[in-house]
Amino acid sequence: MVRKKQESMSTAREQILNAVRANQPDLKALPEVIIPADNIELQDKFTETLTTIGGKVIKANGYDDVIAYIKSITNTGHRIISSITELSEVISASEASPLPHSLQDTELAIIKAHFGVAENGAVWITENLLSQRVLPFICQHLIVILNADDLVANMHQAYEKIGDEHYGYGTFIAGPSKTADIEQSLVLGAHGSRSMTIFLISLPLD
Amino acid sequence: MHTETKDHAELATVFNKDEARVDWHDETLWWIRQKRDKAVNHLPEWELLRETASQIKDNVLSNLAGYLVQFEENAQRNGIVVHWAADAAEHNNIVLGLLHSKGITKMVKSKSMLTEECHLNESLENNGIEVIDSDLGERIVQLAKEPPSHIVLPCIHKKKEEIGDLFHLHLGTPAGNADPQFLTETARQHLRETFLTRRAALTGVNFAVAETGEFVVCTNEGNADMGAHLADIHIASMGIEKIIPKRKNLGVFLRLLTRSATGQPITTYSSHFSKPREGTEIHIIIVDNGRSKQLGREDFRNSLKCIRCGACMNTCPVYRRSGGHSYHNAISGPIGAILAPNLDMEKYADLPFASTLCGSCSNVCPVKIDIHQQLYKWRQVIVQNGYAPAGKKAAMKLMSLTLSSPAAYHMGGKAGRFVMKYAPFAVNNKLNPWYKQRDMPEPPKESFGEWYAKNRKA
Repeated sequence: MVRKKQESMSTAREQILNAVRANQPDLKALPEVIIPADNIELQDKFTETLTTIGGKVIKANGYDDVIAYIKSITNTGHRIISSITELSEVISASEASPLPHSLQDTELAIIKAHFGVAENGAVWITENLLSQRVLPFICQHLIVILNADDLVANMHQAYEKIGDEHYGYGTFIAGPSKTADIEQSLVLGAHGSRSMTIFLISLPLD
Repeated sequence: MHTETKDHAELATVFNKDEARVDWHDETLWWIRQKRDKAVNHLPEWELLRETASQIKDNVLSNLAGYLVQFEENAQRNGIVVHWAADAAEHNNIVLGLLHSKGITKMVKSKSMLTEECHLNESLENNGIEVIDSDLGERIVQLAKEPPSHIVLPCIHKKKEEIGDLFHLHLGTPAGNADPQFLTETARQHLRETFLTRRAALTGVNFAVAETGEFVVCTNEGNADMGAHLADIHIASMGIEKIIPKRKNLGVFLRLLTRSATGQPITTYSSHFSKPREGTEIHIIIVDNGRSKQLGREDFRNSLKCIRCGACMNTCPVYRRSGGHSYHNAISGPIGAILAPNLDMEKYADLPFASTLCGSCSNVCPVKIDIHQQLYKWRQVIVQNGYAPAGKKAAMKLMSLTLSSPAAYHMGGKAGRFVMKYAPFAVNNKLNPWYKQRDMPEPPKESFGEWYAKNRKA
């Protein structure tokens, strides 16, 4: 049975590849991407773009500002998840569980991002910054800590920065989860976080 | 499945019965087109980006077999299981087999036009598998037992009151409540429960990178990620044309995709899946289903460059006024009309005729597909292959006769002007398809030929 299945799979593979080989046109070269970028006022551009798409940007000098902000928007009943040790004062005590489902009652998650992109307000996150891949999606609200110097102008620069880095999972997140599927009325908080706040920290983080 | 022949013009007639709704549909889509323009005008390099994207896709199509093998190798190295499906039935069987092997009977799915094309939900449901679509728009049309009418905006044809009624019936919301905020919140709660309890999640694929073996899934809602990160098994279905050569090429396509689709600078989430998380599995199904055949049609191969942004639909004067369902195909609008005849020329013979050939679709296409030229070429192929509708054939014969004989031409013109002046009811009636939803124009007093003959003397 298993063998038969594998046979038919390899048949489909050969069938597809043979058809593609027979029908694909003569080789055309892959173009070099040479697209100019404007590298000025990245903080302002990033802030403006992210604000337009429903996010919030707060400029801060260090983690004390972040802690004060978290205290101002949460209460003791809220579950707050973060693996940033500087925030231990406000993080909820929780048993480490290997199941991502255990994060379902997370009110607030605070994560770091590698860098932000000024043209679209997105931040780049890989799974080594996350206790679970689902964390920035399953939380009700999301805070992202970003070094104010870690900004690029556009997506070409973003991928230049990522280079050939290995990651199991990485994502660009730009603002809160949203939908406009009902008569094009924009609603924030579709399935992911209802809000996204970015702290742009102007002092080196480490 | 459906045996009756469907026809765009007939289905559009049904849609056009409610004139106020047609106007609303038309204006909503045009508004999205305007948002696209605004976003595009922010980028001075837009045309360079389109050209670059088009050339990258030229390269992909010219080396597709090589890239597919490279992608497979790298994905496998990353711990992803790769499957190949020559057609829709094979694709659906692979999904079913994977679910059976895990003893799973319920699956959550994010948006994938390929699975619409393969009629996956129907096929799984016939085999006792429950599928819940998690994109809000798709969930709404699923509850309404309808297919999506637009590839990016699945329920763009639905009024909020109708959605409120559906939610009242299926999700127990109070009757008469049609507030988008409230309805979205209801769907959030209902689908969160689904995400937390499903062991299998299926997503589409926006881009698959040959160089790295990773694939990218874009959503605004976060539903693909919620499904995939909570499931034991993540199945990702992709057409063979989703391949791009290098990771850095994503920079070009992610800049174009959402600006073209909705006018946003990027989707909220652009997630790159490279390896399964510990203890779980990722399976990719690479599907042909007619694509390799289209690759061999020189005039139509460029249609495989499509990145499914929907810009051609939002701008199309025919799509906006006839609605997505009138295209009776998973992918509607201009791009659907050039993809569908490749799958079944007879069944979709009507679609390339559902266009004014105005060229707006080609102008907004982020990968520069010559859509309107392909529509024109498909018409010729369809007529040559004998699939033109009988009425169109008869009309074409009459027209060719009239245009090839000056006497018949002048006589025809005179008769037409006479009838419209003295007996307008002879053309302004239900037997004249042009008169449906349109007024006939004022007839001119004389033809240009008559005018010229008179004025040349003076």
